[in-house]
Amino acid sequence: MPAQEIKFYQTGSLVVGNRLLDPERRTVQADMRRPNTLTSGHRACQGCGEALGARWVVDAAHRATGGRLVVVNATGCLEVFSTPYPETSWRVAWLHSLFGNAPAVASGVAAALKVKGRTDVRVVGQGGDGGTVDIGFACLSGMFERNDDVLFVCYDNQAYMNTGVQRSGATPPAARTATTQAVGPEPGNPFGQGKNTPLIAMAHEIPYVATATVADLRDLEYKVHRAMELRGARYLHVLVPCPLGWVTPSSDTIRVARLAKESGLFPVFEAEHGEITSVSKIRRKVPVEEYLRAQGRFAHLFGDPPRADVIAALQEVADRNIRRFGLLDEEG
Amino acid sequence: MLRQMEGSQAVAEAVALCRPEVICAYPISPQTHIVEGLSRLVKSGALAPCEYVNVESEFAAMSVAIGASAAGARAYTATSSQGLLYMTEAVYNAGGLGLPIVMTVANRALGAPINIWNDHSDAMSQRDAGWLQLYAEDNQEAVDLHIQAFRIAEELSLPVMVCMDGFVLTHAYERVDLPEQRQVDDFLPPFAPRQVLDPNDPVSIGAMVGPEAFTEVRYLAHRRHLRALEVIPRVAGEFADAFGRESGGLVRPYRLDDADTAIVAMGSVLGTLKDVVDERRGHGERVGVLGITAFRPFPFAEVRRALRGVRRVVVLERTLSVGVGGVVTDHVRAALDGAMRETSAANGAAPYLWTVIAGLGGRPITTASLHEMIDRAVTERLEPLTFLDLRRDLVEREAHRERAAERV
Repeated sequence: MPAQEIKFYQTGSLVVGNRLLDPERRTVQADMRRPNTLTSGHRACQGCGEALGARWVVDAAHRATGGRLVVVNATGCLEVFSTPYPETSWRVAWLHSLFGNAPAVASGVAAALKVKGRTDVRVVGQGGDGGTVDIGFACLSGMFERNDDVLFVCYDNQAYMNTGVQRSGATPPAARTATTQAVGPEPGNPFGQGKNTPLIAMAHEIPYVATATVADLRDLEYKVHRAMELRGARYLHVLVPCPLGWVTPSSDTIRVARLAKESGLFPVFEAEHGEITSVSKIRRKVPVEEYLRAQGRFAHLFGDPPRADVIAALQEVADRNIRRFGLLDEEG
Repeated sequence: MLRQMEGSQAVAEAVALCRPEVICAYPISPQTHIVEGLSRLVKSGALAPCEYVNVESEFAAMSVAIGASAAGARAYTATSSQGLLYMTEAVYNAGGLGLPIVMTVANRALGAPINIWNDHSDAMSQRDAGWLQLYAEDNQEAVDLHIQAFRIAEELSLPVMVCMDGFVLTHAYERVDLPEQRQVDDFLPPFAPRQVLDPNDPVSIGAMVGPEAFTEVRYLAHRRHLRALEVIPRVAGEFADAFGRESGGLVRPYRLDDADTAIVAMGSVLGTLKDVVDERRGHGERVGVLGITAFRPFPFAEVRRALRGVRRVVVLERTLSVGVGGVVTDHVRAALDGAMRETSAANGAAPYLWTVIAGLGGRPITTASLHEMIDRAVTERLEPLTFLDLRRDLVEREAHRERAAERV
């Protein structure tokens, strides 16, 4: 549940201005002393959802720990755009080892800190969806089942964007990628594939699992804070649109992230020890078509003739999520 | 203290004496008894503070060790064979990052065909991973090399692989002198990392390096490895002073001074070779043995010096570079390059250099076969590449079957 019940609506947006809040209730980003853990000058694309998500997440973790923080990063966009030698954008202790081992490296850091009696220093591991749900999955599951004291954050942009938009286990059905091209009778990524990593994380019955999007940054920040209040293995799965891979204008990152949530395609929830404890309700339900139409990776669904069957199948996915997670308020 | 014990258990206790802080364990034969021994020691509380992490793969084992070492903890793991291959990406990463992790490799063959027995293919596959590689001749040396390995690793900020022959050593019960904790503490100071993940002094470790500096990074790693050529013998010398026993170092010449024939080898076969050489020395034959302890970095100068004046060199290899032949041979040939020229200038004849592939996948290397090999060497009748005790009947039968199945 968000830390702050949002009461103030602004036209066309659900974001409330920080200036309406008491200073102590404002976000880390609104604080003059915000740490800028991922500071400016990095080489992310304009409108990069991952850069935005990572700054909020690591800044929030920094505040939650009083700066006693070590970050372990998987290979991927975030690593590449932030640390081209001899420069670095990280103002925290930061380690990159490999693509597929970030959760295990984070476990190693946590083990060392425990031995050194420095359990006040906390460990955040992070990576993209490729590094988390595919190549890093065994290490992630191992870290979960040992209940190592690590918060692992997946910035999910639903494909291998750093290598040029190839399909991952987090790519949604019908999406066009460089390895699931928009050709043939069933264009794009096949239906019936992919995995739901937050639910798999929950199956490990770890202390905390949550999802979030960069459309609701206060919620994201709250979830990082909540995660850092707990010990043991914790998992945060953040939807971060990628203008390059999703073929959206750089200015639409927040909008498409919001549509993902409001359509029901990306459920936003929290779970503790394997049980869902809160769900972010859909405020104004939108048909999946509105979400799909906003993105070039689904453009093949809107050709001549349009693929109403595929759009309907995706609507079914969203409707199932809405039923399964109770995403719509009964009172409306 | 003298004890009769299994090699794996001796290594476990030697590692424990080094006060490891994070141990990553994943089972694979023939390494498993080592991490089992350490599990007991950690669980009992004897090693506190020490974290024992049961990981889900060797890839994770090395990755946990990387994180732990980068955060300033003394990290240890052990593996063999397929396990070493499975962690290869992380092995190279630890090498590149210069993290002083110590790993035991209980040497075992690589599949296919799957084979759990001893040869050196596994460690040889990692020879360019940026790790130092030390090979133990017996269990006493395995114990001693581990204690030296932590010193060497932490002094150079480089990872060290201690290689010991699987089963032949890991499962052999031998008399071992285990040092006292106080002695090891005096020899091995607490780990002081070159750089560390510290929130009070944040650094970025593992940045991406492009063409403008990558060569320089590799060059500096090379230079650090060359420094190991000085550090390894110095540490061995200090070890001898402190513990009263010769162990480790770069090379181990045995009865080579006046030898005209030398057998070069690594690992446990050296014991058998020394017995054979002693026997032949008894008959007045001028044969000797050159044991190579440090394969990475390779001690070219020491090998050249040790083999000066030797007319016939047999490199006995426990690995095969398929389609090529020996691996160690190439190194010895390069080392001999200068000696060959010197010898040629002196008497017009370069030394013979033969490769003998032996003991693959656990095949015993018998004294009888070694005698036969040396008989051929001293009479200069060895083939350039020999497979010791090759079962020709089996090879011919299979070759015949293959020919029959061939489509013309």
